[in-house]
Amino acid sequence: MIVRIRSNLITSQLKITIAASASFFILIVVLSTAVKATVSEDIGIPAHSWSHTGPFGRFNKAALRRGFHVFRNVCSTCHGIQRVAYRNLTYLGYSEDEIKSIASEVKVLYNKDGGAGLYERPGLPSDKFTSPFPNEQAARDANGGSLPPDLSLITKARPNGLDYVRAILLGYEPTPSKFHLMSGLNYNAYFPGHQIAMPQPLYGDDVTFEDGTATSLEQEAEDVVTFLAWTAMPEMEERKRMGIITMIFLVIFTLLMYACKRAIWKDLE
Amino acid sequence: MSLTNKNTSRREFLITTTNIFAAVGAACFAWPFIDQMNPSADMLALAKVDFDLSKIAEGQSMTVIWRGKPIFVRHRTAQEIEKANLVKLTELPDPEDDSTRAQKPEYLIVVGICTHLGCVPLGQNPNEPKGEYEGWFCPCHGSQYDTSGRIRKGPAPTNLPVPKYQYISDTVVRIG
Amino acid sequence: MAYNFSNSLVKWIDHRLPVFSYLRHAAYDYPTPKNLNYWWNFGSLAGISLVIMIVSGIALAMSYTPHVDHAFDSVERIMRDVNYGWLIRYIHMNGASFFFIVVYIHIFRGLYFGSYKAPRELLWIIGVFILLLMMATAFMGYVLPWGQMSFWGATVITNLFSAIPIIGESLVNWLWGGFSIDNPTLNRFFVLHYLFPFIIVSIVLLHIIALHRFGSNNPLGIEIKYPNETIPFHPYYTIKDAYGMGIFLILFAGVVFFAPNFFGEPDNYIPSNPLSTPAHIVPEWYFLPFYAILRSIPDKLAGVLSMFSSIFVLFLLPWLDRSPVRSGQFRGVFKIFFWILLIDVISLGYLGGKPATGMYVIFSRLATAYYFAYFLLVLPIINKFDSSELLPNSISAQIAGLEVESSKAFNDSAYKEQSDHIST
Repeated sequence: MIVRIRSNLITSQLKITIAASASFFILIVVLSTAVKATVSEDIGIPAHSWSHTGPFGRFNKAALRRGFHVFRNVCSTCHGIQRVAYRNLTYLGYSEDEIKSIASEVKVLYNKDGGAGLYERPGLPSDKFTSPFPNEQAARDANGGSLPPDLSLITKARPNGLDYVRAILLGYEPTPSKFHLMSGLNYNAYFPGHQIAMPQPLYGDDVTFEDGTATSLEQEAEDVVTFLAWTAMPEMEERKRMGIITMIFLVIFTLLMYACKRAIWKDLE
Repeated sequence: MSLTNKNTSRREFLITTTNIFAAVGAACFAWPFIDQMNPSADMLALAKVDFDLSKIAEGQSMTVIWRGKPIFVRHRTAQEIEKANLVKLTELPDPEDDSTRAQKPEYLIVVGICTHLGCVPLGQNPNEPKGEYEGWFCPCHGSQYDTSGRIRKGPAPTNLPVPKYQYISDTVVRIG
Repeated sequence: MAYNFSNSLVKWIDHRLPVFSYLRHAAYDYPTPKNLNYWWNFGSLAGISLVIMIVSGIALAMSYTPHVDHAFDSVERIMRDVNYGWLIRYIHMNGASFFFIVVYIHIFRGLYFGSYKAPRELLWIIGVFILLLMMATAFMGYVLPWGQMSFWGATVITNLFSAIPIIGESLVNWLWGGFSIDNPTLNRFFVLHYLFPFIIVSIVLLHIIALHRFGSNNPLGIEIKYPNETIPFHPYYTIKDAYGMGIFLILFAGVVFFAPNFFGEPDNYIPSNPLSTPAHIVPEWYFLPFYAILRSIPDKLAGVLSMFSSIFVLFLLPWLDRSPVRSGQFRGVFKIFFWILLIDVISLGYLGGKPATGMYVIFSRLATAYYFAYFLLVLPIINKFDSSELLPNSISAQIAGLEVESSKAFNDSAYKEQSDHIST
């Protein structure tokens, strides 16, 4: 009888610990989401369900390759992904020779003898992706004063980045009659202020996918955003895989420590 | 009495298991912090260097940087090659045949770091001492290498290592 | 004091350098009240957080470059190319948030159970110094990735000092090493960010020495009377702390592996641009309550002073609270004001993240007013109104279920002594 009461007491202790930590966590989550919600202006960005989000989400390799295809044929005219190296494409399933040929299509400037001169050579897998413009001023000059941002980190650098970038790609609509649009700018339903310098990049028939997937604006946008999610967090799959193992380990370890705690404290009672 | 013993042994078992978990956990936690000091992915990717051999006149040497290390490339004269071949392997501290050290006998390619304690031996520049064996001479502790980059005298234990390389054309070699 | 160790090498060393005796005394035999609850776990959790931060920080410093042209790139190189660099950086980034969560709970535990009261005033004051150093360290660390929030956060916070009359401007230029946040600023912030944690370690040692002088406070807030009211720290509290660490690590790993950018700001993934300020500047969440206090005052100097006073008032706390009863458990009226304070600080945190307009400003002012009123008005007079609840005679008496009236307890010599401490 006494033993039973004691074990009830102890399990209630465990329950309290778990409940307290869980509720504290929820409090933090609620508070900081509230903070974040005010930081990102709410202009009704449509939510999309992404295949790679969630604790078990993995990148769809076919979507990554399609997205890279879209990026290479459309986005890369104005945007760079300078933090990604050609060698990183092995992750998308490209062979070493394919990567060599992709890299060799660009010209890389390099300094070969420590002097002031720069020489051109074909790109190597170890090089980072070359940006379309040599510097910020050249980029602005070619784009009517606006700077096309580097896209390597774009999905992490905007609140709700995945949905936001997708919404921008889909958000080109006819200018509402009452809206005053400045010359050189384009109307976008989801861009803060609705006036965006980038002309509509995707129309739905911009590329032909090598895997035979039918092209559509939605498909292209989803794939290219998936690709940009990968350029922003190439570690995601390894992180989640390690995370799951770590969590399983920690839960068992903590339960063991709890059992030890019970066993050790028992002789006090 | 037996009940107490049983309880005690159960407790001991529990504590031992938990300690094992703690040790495994600590080791797994430590690994990333150790591994972060290993060469990173961008370093490993810079592993290859192409070099045009036709720039070196016969009898002269050039130094190429590969993975941050000096690579000695020597365009050997017929006399130097002959000299390297004439040595009996039994006389060498680290026996290696010259033919295994140069894919084309005219061009010797070795890592220019003394195998003793890591200094760069002299002998690349025509005005530098080449040592008694007309290869390279290490100024730090007096190791002497022959025209095949093999150790002949001094404290260095092994020959100058030959890096992995291949000829991608008649005159261009790719190191790495 | 010297302990008789069985291992002869340990004995030999200990005879000449009594580190083992000290450790044995401090982490093994240390007599701890047997009735500590789980809120007492947060002290050791703070120590664990500090170690995690130092270890991961040293690893990061091996690959980081403190130069305006390379800082952002070097952080991205850590994230992409350094082996497990992403893991170490996410541990360090989120470790800061978890360190503050733990320390804030630790502080509120002290506030509720009266751990700042005599004879533990210095213990508390050392703790406030640790908090100040932690804040400085966290602020400088946030600057290092040199993203947009790093740059503009540094600009705004360093400009606080320009509010000081006469010397303000030159003080800010001295902090910057120039006329704007630039390379010299980044370089010195890196140096100080690396140095401060080790100063924190040494002050933490003082904190522990002060703690062990009179022993831990306990949920009843009454001193130990009989030896059987304490238990040795090891194994009872080592295992209890280890269990708490397990819970902590599960929550920490959950964030590091599955939501690593949860506490972060998207703008800090944009390289810093001195010509364009982001639309919404917010400090890290753990500074938000203080940020709300700063913004609630319309005058620049007064705002800055109130913000700093909100922490400095904690130094005076042991003398502001005049009640002879330590634990909030036995102070009916105090309890109400305490819980309002907790809600007040959380609200300040919420308001600090909101734009400083309209109703938010009014709420911030009310919350700020309550914050200072709690320390400067409520605590000094509250014991006049506090209900006399039943205070147990001793820890053992409480465990046995015996209680006596608090009025009687005050006559007790131990309490007499305590009141003397307070009145002098």
